[in-house]
Amino acid sequence: MKLHYEVDGEEFAAAGQASGNIKKMLKQLGIASDVIRKISIAVYEAEINMVIHADGGTVDVDIQTDKIYIALKDTGPGIPNIDLAMREGYSTASDEVRDLGFGAGMGLPNIQKNSDFLKITSAVGVGTTVEIEVNL
Amino acid sequence: MKISKIKEILTADTLAGEERIDTEVICACGSDLMSDVLAGEAKEEFVLLTGLVNPQVIRTAEMVDMRAIVFVRGKTPTPEVLELAEEKGIVVLSTKCPLYIASGLLYTNGLRGAGSVETAL
Ligand SMILES: Nc1ncnc2c1ncn2[C@@H]1O[C@H](COP(=O)(O)OP(=O)(O)O)[C@@H](O)[C@H]1O
Ligand SMILES: [Mg+2]
Repeated sequence: MKLHYEVDGEEFAAAGQASGNIKKMLKQLGIASDVIRKISIAVYEAEINMVIHADGGTVDVDIQTDKIYIALKDTGPGIPNIDLAMREGYSTASDEVRDLGFGAGMGLPNIQKNSDFLKITSAVGVGTTVEIEVNL
Repeated sequence: MKISKIKEILTADTLAGEERIDTEVICACGSDLMSDVLAGEAKEEFVLLTGLVNPQVIRTAEMVDMRAIVFVRGKTPTPEVLELAEEKGIVVLSTKCPLYIASGLLYTNGLRGAGSVETAL
């Protein structure tokens, strides 16, 4: 089963809507609660990143028999050094974003912690794709 | 501890989820950093104490199924934020108490944090 969501990059207030909808859908499908928790946290952090660091984008979910695959794609500024970005505490977020409770450089580490597979593909000036898998 | 008891201890107002005020919570966490909340152990029976009042506080609670949020230091959220909380079924309280005092009051009244003091140290 495949799901598709658009994420508006203009509105910080709306960030998390896609994650909320995905969570609701997984609940309805009767997916195990520990799996839902991991996906909710990972996708929410990635959706927030898409809004605070890029210009919004798309979220695609593929519910397979043995795992759930999620791809978050944006056409934002890209990540010049992914290893550096993955480091806990590394952040280029503005003070404005920090005042809202994010931007502590914990998003990508949180995503890593809550996924069974994580792949970040990024090109400067082109965009970033974050692929997450959680096993069922 | 019932959320209604938290309300009483903190002389708080109920801003959303009034009909769920008698729900039980067993743990609390206090933070102004949502990534920290998401990295922690917060789940269903948790209440979040925070000085932030933006919609992402509600979303963060939603992602980990937290039942209640207490806004400290008399912070007032926008009606949109409260609507979102109603929609998600999250109880929202507001107290004049600052974070540290609110946490201390709840702790001394028996509401603990995740894990034991020994594991926290
Ligand atoms: N979608 C994205 N587009 C561009 N840069 C990103 C994106 N996601 C993450 N980054 C970069 O990686 C850094 C670390 O991300 P993260 O761990 O989520 O921390 P934070 O969002 O708190 O800064 C960000 O500060 C940013 O520089
Ligand atoms: Mg982030």
